[in-house]
Amino acid sequence: MNPVILWLIGIFVVLLGWYLSSTAGRLDRLHRKIDISRLALDAQLLRRSSVALELSSSGILDPATSILLADAAHRARTASDVDDAARSRAESNLTAALDAALEYPDDVAEVRSDPAGAELLDELDAAIRRVELSRRFLNDAVRACRQVRGQRAARWFWLAGRAALPLSWEMDDTPPKGLGPR
Amino acid sequence: MKVGIVCPYSWDAPGGVRSHVADLALALMGHGHEVSVLAPVDDGIDLPDWVVNGGRPVAVPYNGSVARVNFGFGATRSVRRWIQEGDFDVLHVHEPVAPGLSMLACWVARGPMVATWHSSHARSRILSAGYYIAQTAMEKLSGRIAVSEQARRTLVGHLGGDAVLIPNGVRVAEYSTGPLLDLVDPTRPSIMFLGRVDEPRKGFAVLLSALPAIVEAVPDLQVIVVGPGDLDELRSALDPGLASHIEFLGRVSDEVKASALRCVDVYVAPHTGGESFGIVLIEAMASGTAVVASDIPAFRQVLEEGVSGALFESENPQALAAEVIRVLADPALRTEFEVQGWRRVQEFDWDVVVDDVIAVYESVTVGGEKVTTDLRGQIVGRLGGRST
Repeated sequence: MNPVILWLIGIFVVLLGWYLSSTAGRLDRLHRKIDISRLALDAQLLRRSSVALELSSSGILDPATSILLADAAHRARTASDVDDAARSRAESNLTAALDAALEYPDDVAEVRSDPAGAELLDELDAAIRRVELSRRFLNDAVRACRQVRGQRAARWFWLAGRAALPLSWEMDDTPPKGLGPR
Repeated sequence: MKVGIVCPYSWDAPGGVRSHVADLALALMGHGHEVSVLAPVDDGIDLPDWVVNGGRPVAVPYNGSVARVNFGFGATRSVRRWIQEGDFDVLHVHEPVAPGLSMLACWVARGPMVATWHSSHARSRILSAGYYIAQTAMEKLSGRIAVSEQARRTLVGHLGGDAVLIPNGVRVAEYSTGPLLDLVDPTRPSIMFLGRVDEPRKGFAVLLSALPAIVEAVPDLQVIVVGPGDLDELRSALDPGLASHIEFLGRVSDEVKASALRCVDVYVAPHTGGESFGIVLIEAMASGTAVVASDIPAFRQVLEEGVSGALFESENPQALAAEVIRVLADPALRTEFEVQGWRRVQEFDWDVVVDDVIAVYESVTVGGEKVTTDLRGQIVGRLGGRST
């Protein structure tokens, strides 16, 4: 065969190899980032539900609200062992319960008048804020990863290996209205 | 928490990103965190012990002005060494798409990484190409912060996804207390300009062409001009009648700048664009000075569409003159702007803002994973087949 053609084929193969290897590296990095973001979100969700549980058992809220909140927080915690869909439903329910408990600024002010209540509210506010952030960062990473996996080269050459297609984490994480704007 | 912060612009030269990094570092240390800042430095003297010398910067044009940044193999090595020695819980890079130390840090590091976008620019083909090249590095960032809506739009337009909006902070106390400047005569009405006089987007030319009209209405006006630039050339080109009203201070320290801001009646910001966040407006408001600014998007947002300061049509000297004359002539209006400005500025105090930054750090760090160096994506790493 013509040596020029051989050279061209050689260069093409090298370039293709480099491209595939760099895309595989990118995907590996993205998957890793998603794993870390999932763990971070997990930690923040647990933090949120434990503060909610603490608030419900503090005796600061009225008994009815306490029971509602304790139930939602407990379900959110136990749902972490089931599947993701059940868990995100339970976490959204906890968001709704928190909103019901802390819907009105007057109620929140009453909780805040108790020193222990003020501390719990600050902790809860911090946890809610971090859940929002972690979820946003996770979904960002998922979107970037799915975009790369959708590329032709990634599909044809199975660059993602056996890694499952990552899913974004959908849940309601709106902060309770009574906590006020940030 | 151990935080490593990378500033891409020279530590010796005053600038928005550099002061942001310094203030953030101090505020983080005030909250009990350990901070190390890597920044380009011209001469290594007088560095605070939390700043690490990232090498001597080189002047290159970037984003419509001249940036002094570091690049090349030597710079990459010093970034890698800093990361290895730092043992950081989180790495926070600033302006990661400006060619410089921040971009290099994204390239050589892995682990919990956060980036802050400062500047805004319209989408351009060449920048898109740049973003494509930098994409591999960008994809390692777990958390993205923008300092303004404009900066956020720039980032989203180029990279997709989203970013958390955390505005610049100001150390309000430093602007609201301290000595006054005797250069400013308190009995005369005074206005002030801040910024490079020869950089078109700072708008000094707009102010100059508005001055004759303002002086006509306010004959004993005093104009304080703070900022570097070729002052001799400017002075010789000025009409002597006008020049007698202007006091050029040149480049001054942050303390003198704060004193000057406190002394004057009105701070004028004639910027024509390229400004993603009105930090100077916040500083003026923290000094208790009324602000008159051009109606570019960033300023409109900071001034709440004219509630906490007056706005005029950008690049229009007549509009500038009319607005300055109106505010100078009406002490009640000035007081109103001072009061509203002071209220507005509390939202930007670093002590408040830093909590949001810490929230971002905590939402990307998990299980004690540290920032380490990463050779993947670089030829050595690919040949070795693993990361170190």
